[in-house]
Formats: sequence, structure tokens, C-alpha cells
Amino acid sequence: MSGKISLDLGGGGKAMRDFIAGRILPAFKNPLLSPLLDASHLPEGIAFTTDSYVVDPPVFPGGDIGKLAVNGTVNDLVVSGADPRYLSLGLILEEGLEWSLLDRILKSIRTAAAGARVRIVTGDTKVVRRGQGDKIYINTSGIGGIIASPSPALIRPGDAVIVTGPVGDHSLAILIARGDYGFQSAIKSDCAPLNGLLPFWKRGVRWMRDITRGGLATVLTELAGEIPYPILLEEDEVPVSAPVRGASEILGIDPLYLACEGRAVLIVPEAGTEAILRRLRTLPLGRKARIAGRVQTGIGRPGELILRTSAGGLRLLEPLTSELLPRIC
Amino acid sequence: MNKKGAAAGPGPYRDKKTIAALLRVVEERRRAAGGPSCRIMEVCGTHTMTIHRYGLKKMLQDVGVGLVAGPGCPVCITPNDIHEAAIRLVTERENLLLAAFGDMTRVPTKIGSLQKSAAARGSRIQIVYSPAESLESARRNPDKEVVFFGAGFETTVPAIALTAAKALEDGIVNYSVLSAFWVIPPPLRAILESGRSRIDGFLYPGHVSAIIGPQAYDFVAEEFRRPGAIAGFEPADILLAIISILEQIAAGRPRVANEYTRVVSPDGNPTARAVLDRILEPKDAVWRGLGRISKSGLAFRPAFAAADAEKKFGLKLGSTDTELPGCRCGDVLKGLIEPPQCRLYGRVCTPEKPHGPCMVSFEGSCLAFHKYGTPS
Repeated sequence: MSGKISLDLGGGGKAMRDFIAGRILPAFKNPLLSPLLDASHLPEGIAFTTDSYVVDPPVFPGGDIGKLAVNGTVNDLVVSGADPRYLSLGLILEEGLEWSLLDRILKSIRTAAAGARVRIVTGDTKVVRRGQGDKIYINTSGIGGIIASPSPALIRPGDAVIVTGPVGDHSLAILIARGDYGFQSAIKSDCAPLNGLLPFWKRGVRWMRDITRGGLATVLTELAGEIPYPILLEEDEVPVSAPVRGASEILGIDPLYLACEGRAVLIVPEAGTEAILRRLRTLPLGRKARIAGRVQTGIGRPGELILRTSAGGLRLLEPLTSELLPRIC
Repeated sequence: MNKKGAAAGPGPYRDKKTIAALLRVVEERRRAAGGPSCRIMEVCGTHTMTIHRYGLKKMLQDVGVGLVAGPGCPVCITPNDIHEAAIRLVTERENLLLAAFGDMTRVPTKIGSLQKSAAARGSRIQIVYSPAESLESARRNPDKEVVFFGAGFETTVPAIALTAAKALEDGIVNYSVLSAFWVIPPPLRAILESGRSRIDGFLYPGHVSAIIGPQAYDFVAEEFRRPGAIAGFEPADILLAIISILEQIAAGRPRVANEYTRVVSPDGNPTARAVLDRILEPKDAVWRGLGRISKSGLAFRPAFAAADAEKKFGLKLGSTDTELPGCRCGDVLKGLIEPPQCRLYGRVCTPEKPHGPCMVSFEGSCLAFHKYGTPS
């Protein structure tokens, strides 16, 4: 490995996984950290997680860094099987940041925390010289009560892959807001809390993950690598809005690799699939949920994530290998 | 759930039912063409990507149609001495801005890649999406030499050539182009003349043909008796062109069919060809893997020499074809082997650590194979 940090390491793809496994884990190895889950489940019955937010620009269609900093951490707790309760708030501000922007962000933190039923109970503020940071960075840590202990080991052939809503809106909203491509769109970030998914832990959902960096393809290739069965994903069944599909075509980006901030993928037992899907669709966050694939036995090899393309052909999906879009969250 | 509220459909050119119906026709025509199988070269790198992206390769193989990628990726066929010249420009000269398309910066050579090179004092590499951006950089940085490292076929070259001409017109003296300009028909002749790779027909590139027109391939049908069809870039486009090729084989009447009439007109684009002809002239050029091919490249005409980086900086190009040891990109480009037959493929040569250009470029065969693997 060459001598300096490259952007790939923050991309949520293979390079980041290798970096964490090779450099970070060995330094702190312990049984609570090592599984590298969205949140650690502590022996005291609580789940604990942390996340930093460096999104550029800090205000984007459909949200801002404040809303993101609350929902992102809340969602990590929800998909780990915990009910989010308390957040910390660390602000790193660049000298010269407008008060009006900070006020707006604080207000959306308050609104988002109320919406996700969490309280900000501790915090910290630092200011760095102009040019030593970019406007505002936020770190939040979250604590929740454990309500489920999901594990890939529970997954069986025939289980359905449910995607809770259209993918890719967050990434493209950010990318287009940066103005690099000289076109505009109505695409808004999907940033939202996923607390509405909590009751589904009691309805037999085996596993959940929020679809963030690396997109659906990366999340599912990682899961496929942890179970003794392949997963088949149907390209036509993955919900993608028409604007996202169109913008992706123009930019040459595959929506399967785009991040969301308010979408999750659920693995659900075959028998309960329809009931869970019906109930999901009664929620605002799951109105467009779809069964997008199945855990398989008859096709492919264990560990493979296979895509049936819209044209009907089969191919393997691999995790995101290089950074598409730095600083999307 | 209503279908409308869900995903927008894939559209008629890549929808399962259409593709399945077309595949049945392919199978029928394949049988009518006789023999156990047939082997078609897709010349264009963008076709290679579509074929792998949608899983068409395996679907076609199952009905007896083999596809082999050709020399249609400009990043891939540009030999290393030009890549090395670009690296030397930015590492050895101060105050030089080298602009290039993203994947050109990642091609590995024996002196490293542009992306990993340490630029000389005041020099840097700028990744651009269009040559116009590099001209803008030259306007904004009058104290720096700006060199656009431009590789392309007849599709991309007119825009680059026009940008160079515009720089001269506007008196922007700090702008030049390091050119790797290629034309498609001559390597097809070279591949056919070598006779080393069995090819029963050609899938001609859509965008290049939109410029040069179908008649540019007449020699393939007339001299070499090989059928061919110009194809668009959607799965249905490709299958339509394959059906045409199989029909030509069955009838024993090779020709150049145009199955991309919504973009390619019978005479191509005479305006773009006139631009090329005004600014550039044919030259013999060395292709990676294929070696020196007569009149297969384009060079600036003497009137445009001031915008030609090769002349401006006295670069010596076109002498050798120096692949890294073990790299078989050249054989891949000639259609002699498929990427997995290279011993480096997937072991030491991966998209994260490419060993050859075919694993770098978004139109490279090795990347297409690696990125879009076939399930076991």
C-alpha cells in the first residue's frame, strides 16, 4: 500500500473494508468491535454507535448536515436491532461560518431528533482556523436499548430481500447540488429516520441494513459473503425513481451503488414475506417497498450476489471498488 | 402496488420479453447459418460493456454465438510510449498543467502511472470531462503550459481537434494537445490480414459509424467476405445486429448493414469529417498489440503544428510498443485470448491495481470481465 490516505478509504467499498480490517481492527481488537456491525451490542443491554458527517454541501435538496447527523446515527441503531434513545453532538466549525447557516442546522437537528424520538444529551464544540476545515463537520454518537439480536446465521434459502424504497436519491441530490454537471433536477435526498422499522424485529425480520455508502450492491455482497447461500437480485424489481434512473444513465452511474440515507434492505422469511410487505407499505418510509430478490440454493455459488439484469441475463455483482462520490454523508 | 409508482421500466431496448424474443430469433438464424457455432467480434469497447453489463455474453454463448472483443478502446490501444511521454511532461517540466480524461491517468507503465506521478514544481494533473475544460484552464493560467492528453477515435477526435484550432485562432499560445488519435477501419484490415483470429462477422461501433458512415467498412464485405452490422448500445440493438450478421452468413452475401439507423445516417457525418480533414492528416501509427498499421492514426497538419505537443516539446513517439512484463492486453485487443486466459488477470491485475490498460478503462475488456462476472 502506498504511503498516503486516498479517498477510496472513505467510500464504503472494498478499499474501506480492507483498510478497517487491516489497520484499525488490529490496533483495538476485542470481541465487541470485531464483528464491525452498525452498532455494538454491549453486555449491559445497550447498543452504541458513532458516525461523523462531512457532507458537501452542508445544505442540500431534502435536508442538511444536521438532519443527516441525527438520522444517520439513529438508523445505525435501528438496523442493529436497537431502539434509539440518546445522542451526543460534536460540532467542528470553521472560522467564518455564517451564524445563519449554523442556526439553520441546529434547528434541523432539533426537528430531526424530535422526529426520531431521541434526545441530545451531551455535546462538544470546536472551532478551527479558516481553511483548516470546510464550514461544518458533525459527529454524533448514539445509544439505544437492544430489542433484537439479528444475525446472518438465521438466514435461509427462500428468504426474501425487501428494499424499503427507491434507492439512490440521496447520492444524486448531493452530486447534482454541487453543480459539477451543469444540470438541475427535482431529486431530493431520502434522508429520514428508520424508527418505523423497529416493530418489524418482532415480526420475524432476520436481518436489516441501511443502504448507505456503497449502495445496495455493496451491502448485499457483504451479506452474501457471510452466509452459505448465494443471493439473487432482480434488477427490474429494485425500486429506482424515474429521475434517478435518468440521471444515472446520463452520468454513467449504476443506481445499485448509490447511497441512501433513509432506506433499508430487509431479509425476511419466505412464509412471512407478504404480511411484512403489506405492513411496510402502510408506512410513509415503506410505501414503495418491493421484494427485490431471494436467498437461493439452485443457482450460483455460496457467497455470490447474482443480478438478473433487466435484459434477463445473469451476472455477478461486486462491492464498490473505488470512490464514486466523496463526502456524500 | 401499482407498477407506475415503482421502478420506471427498463424501456423497450432492454426489456426481458423483447430480449427473450430476439434471442429466439438469434437461435433460429444461427441454426440456419450452419456449422456448430459462430464467432463475432464486437469492435467497440462500449459494446463490450453492454454485452457484459446485461449478461448477454452467456445468453448468446448458450445459443452458439461467441463474442470476442476487438481493438475499440482508445485508452487500451494507446501504446505505453505515449502514456510515458505524458508522465515525463508533467514530472520533468515545471509549470505545466496536463489535462486528461480520468482513466488515462491510471494506465500503468514502466515509469508508473500519471495518477501516481510526482509532478514537477508548479506542475499538476487536471482531470477533465471535455477538451473545452482544458482550453479554459489555459486561458485562466497564462503562466503555465497546458497540455491536453487526448486519446480517441473518430467520435472524440473532432472535438479535440476543434479545441486545438480554437486555441490557435484565439491566440492562446500556452495550449497544445498530446494526441493519440486513432481511426477504426485500418486495424480491422490488420486483424483480418493476420488471419490469426477466427472472425465470422463484425459488430461495428455505433458512434464511430455515425461519423465515418457505413461505407467505411465496405472493404470488409468486399475484400474479406465477412458480414457485419452497425449496432447501437442497448441490448436489443446488439441482438438486432447479430441477427443481421447471421442472416448474411446464411445467405452467403456479406455486406455492411446499418441496425442503428436512429443515429447513423447513410453518409455518416460529413461536417465532422470535414473538420477532421481540415485540421488533421492520416499517419502510420503503432497500436498496442497490433503494432504499426498504415494510415491508422491522425496527426496535426503543419498549419496546426503550434498546438501539437509532440512538436512543441520535441517528443519522440511511435517507436516502440512496451507492455509491462506478463501483460497480455495486446492479445486481448487482437481477439486472440479472452481476459481470464491472461495469467495476471484477477491475480495481480485487478481494477484496484491494474497491470494493463484493459483493466483500467471503462471500455476495457478485462475490466468488463472483472466487473461483470458470470455466475458459476
